[in-house]
Formats: sequence, structure tokens, C-alpha cells
Amino acid sequence: MPDNLIMFIAVPFGLIMAIYLSEYARPAVRETVKPALEMLEAVPTVVYGFFALLVMTPFLQNFIPGLKGINLLVPGIILGIMILPYVVSVSEDAMRAVPNSLREGGYALGMAKWQVATRIVIPGAFSGITAAFILGMSRAVGETMVLAVAAGQNPNLTWDPREGAATITAYIVQMSLGDVAYGTTAYESIFAVGLLLFVITLAFNVIGFYLRRKFREAY
Amino acid sequence: MVDDNMTLTKTNTAKVKAVEPDFDDEDTTPPIKPGKEREPLRARIEDFSFFYADGFQAIKNVDMPILDRKVTAIIGPSGCGKSTLLRSLNRMHDLYPGNRYEGRVILEPEGENLIGPESDPVIVRLRVGMVFQKPNPFPKTIYENVAAGLRVRGIKKRSMIDEAVENALRRAAIWDEVKDKLNGSAYDLSGGQQQRLCIARGLAPNPEILLLDEPTSALDPIATAKVEDLVQELSESVTIVIVTHNMQQAARVSHRTAFMYMGEMMEFGETQTIFTNPKHPRTENYITGRYG
Repeated sequence: MPDNLIMFIAVPFGLIMAIYLSEYARPAVRETVKPALEMLEAVPTVVYGFFALLVMTPFLQNFIPGLKGINLLVPGIILGIMILPYVVSVSEDAMRAVPNSLREGGYALGMAKWQVATRIVIPGAFSGITAAFILGMSRAVGETMVLAVAAGQNPNLTWDPREGAATITAYIVQMSLGDVAYGTTAYESIFAVGLLLFVITLAFNVIGFYLRRKFREAY
Repeated sequence: MVDDNMTLTKTNTAKVKAVEPDFDDEDTTPPIKPGKEREPLRARIEDFSFFYADGFQAIKNVDMPILDRKVTAIIGPSGCGKSTLLRSLNRMHDLYPGNRYEGRVILEPEGENLIGPESDPVIVRLRVGMVFQKPNPFPKTIYENVAAGLRVRGIKKRSMIDEAVENALRRAAIWDEVKDKLNGSAYDLSGGQQQRLCIARGLAPNPEILLLDEPTSALDPIATAKVEDLVQELSESVTIVIVTHNMQQAARVSHRTAFMYMGEMMEFGETQTIFTNPKHPRTENYITGRYG
């Protein structure tokens, strides 16, 4: 469930910010914003978690009826924001790798700036942008802290974003803290879910790196 | 002949050195302004100068007629400003801040000044198409590459676009090679095919002038020959301005030739006259291979 939310936040905002940085921003702006953005990647995720729990959730409770203190909606949004710097930075690199000769070709046909951005730069950088989102996504999926803090510890199979639920990683932490007996089904299950998590992130990474390699060979 | 040239060079060098010691060039004959054209014009470049953002004046007071449905070639040594002049004609310099034009580029028969403050660069580029030095197809299908210029003009009707795409590909003499793979990627074509595809892309929206910026410099001799044939064929239906550093190419494909040197247009005239009987000593030096 939060995965959909993550993409819902990360895709539009990530694309808009990347287009702005690569096509519209003056070099001076880009050179300040991009390192600042990359610095945001270094913020510890527990900070995002408490921001979700103590700031975003109470704020959104004013607007969304039935939103519990521990829920999936807010961490979904926060994770979307959390992967933005990475997504923007990698897609901006992909867009800047689109050769200027293609842009000039577009302008020479009478395209306006936004048309060059949407019709030439995005298709030209498409596989790179996809790779950025998939790699960002796999980061968010493997993320523990934000969800552990803001979505709770209760393994709960639900599609309702207002409820709380534990993620795979949170579940592993909880199970391995020592209160389950060695050899029980609950104990064995942490290896099963761990493997599942490993497979999911591996799949995301493989797809991401495959696309990234493909886009490097495009021109 | 060779001896004559040698003496000419020597005396001139001596003369220039006396006047301007760090300018070790051999000739100070002023540029010869183009004479009056009898044939119909598509555009007139008048007293045109161009300044890059750093203040460097790349084009100095150029006058040049562009004949309707003829090929006009611009030749000259590297860095003489020939590409800069060409790129001024469809306002490509406006993409980079700080560049400045002076003078007039009048598009006939309306008499509109393409570089005037009232003309919109985007509109100018809709009317004046361009093909670049290196083939630069878009990362799309062959069909979408040619259709791009039509879509920009807001044409949505599928049948109209289909027809215009086929027409443009036929005019660019590449239809037979790509008609079975219109939905394949443009990057699967060879370099020469890509360049003809780019010419088709430029032709599809029916521009009034088509600019070619050294269109064959990245191509092998066979692909070059094909593009040259194409240019000659196209000149029956569209006005073409071609920049080339290949003098034989200019001699083969063009009706008029302009010779540029250090941002000035030294001589302009019928191609045959320029190559057989140049009036300006610099033109003669260039076409006899003395520099460039």
C-alpha cells in the first residue's frame, strides 16, 4: 500500500524537479540546488519517521477523518519525499546526458522549450528516468525506520491507508528481539520474509541497472 | 600561374606587415559586395553582424542574397563564421543568452525581418528548417521523427500526418529503404540514412528555407553522394542554404557560392565564376588550397 503512495508522490514531483533543474534552472541555481538535494539523502531515516509521526500525522488528522495515529498513509507520503532527492538527482543526470544536438534538432523544428522538454528530453532519458524511479523505489521498500515509527509494529494485512501495519523489515526486527522461541513457526518465518524482501529488492535493482545500462548505450 | 601567385602573396605580406605588424596575413583587399541579382529572391541578408555573448563579433556587416529555389553555398576556412551565419537565419543563437544580432534578414516576399525585435524565434524556426552537421534523429520511431515537426504545428489528423510523412520521406529519397520499418527506432538506421531522415524531418513541415550545416561531414563518400544528389533534386522545390568546408561539394551542388573569411563575406557570386574566376585574392587563395 505505501508503495503506491510513494510513487504517487515521487513520480510527478521528481519529474517536475528534474526537468526544472536540467532544462530551466540557470547554472548557478543548479549548482547550488543539486548538492543541497544530494545532502538531503544523508538525513537519518529515523528523523523522517518522527517527522511523520509527530508533525505530518497530527496535521493530516485535521483533514482526513478516521486517520489513526499510527497509519500507512503518512509514511507513504514521507517515503515518497524521502526518495525524491535520489530520484531527482539520478533523473536529472539522465536528462543532462541527452545530447544538446537533440535539443537543437527540436528547437529547429519550431518547438517551444516545454515541448523540447516533454517530447525530446524525457523520451531521450526515459530509461534513465525509469531506472531512477526503480532504484529509488527499491530503497523505499527496504526502508525500516520511517514505517516502524509511523506505521507501527502490528503485522496487519490491509489496504486501508488510514490503518497501521508492520513492514517486512519491521517484522523481522520485532521477531528477532528475543521473545519468540527458537525453532517455532514464528521464528522460521523471519527467514522466509527476509528472503522475500531480498528477492523484491533484487528484482528492483536488476531492472533498474538493466535500464540504466540500456540508456547509456542509446546515443 | 603558380609563380604569379607566389609574388602576389609575397608583396602583399610585406605591405600588410608594414602597416599592422602582428597581423601576419597577406592581403587587405576589402570584401567585394554582391552585385544585383536578376533572379527572384527568397531572402536578403543586409548589413548583418553577429556578436556572441562574450562580445566577440563573429559576423561583420554581411550582405547576401538568397535565391528562391536555388542552392546557396557558404564556404570558408574553419572559424570564419559560416555556421554562425547559417544558424542566425533560424535564430538558433537565441537559445543561448547574451548573443546579439545587428542588421536585417529580410524574408521575401513579405519583407519580414527575421531578426527584428518583433519576430518570434519559434515562429522563425517554423518557417526556416535546419539539418545539422551530425545526424540527430530523436529517440523515437522513424515515423515519429518525421511527424515531430507536424505535431508541433498542431496537426492531429492521422491521415494528414501519414501523407506528409510519406511525402517527406520520398522527397528525401529514403522512402524505399524505410517504408517497411516506419515503426522501428531511428537509431537502427545507418549514419547516411539517419541524415536523410533528418532532411525528411526538416522537409515534412514544408519550410520556406532549408538550412544545411555541413550535412555530409559525418558521412562516408557513398552516403555523401546520396545527400548531394538529394540536395540538387530538392533545389527544384525548396530554397536551400548549405554550409560546407568541402569545396568540391559546393561546386557540385550549388548555384551561388559565398566565400567567408574572418567573419566577412569576401565574395559572392555564381558558383562557376567563384571557382573558375574569383575576383578576390583571398577567394583565389582558398580555392587553390593555399589555406583552410
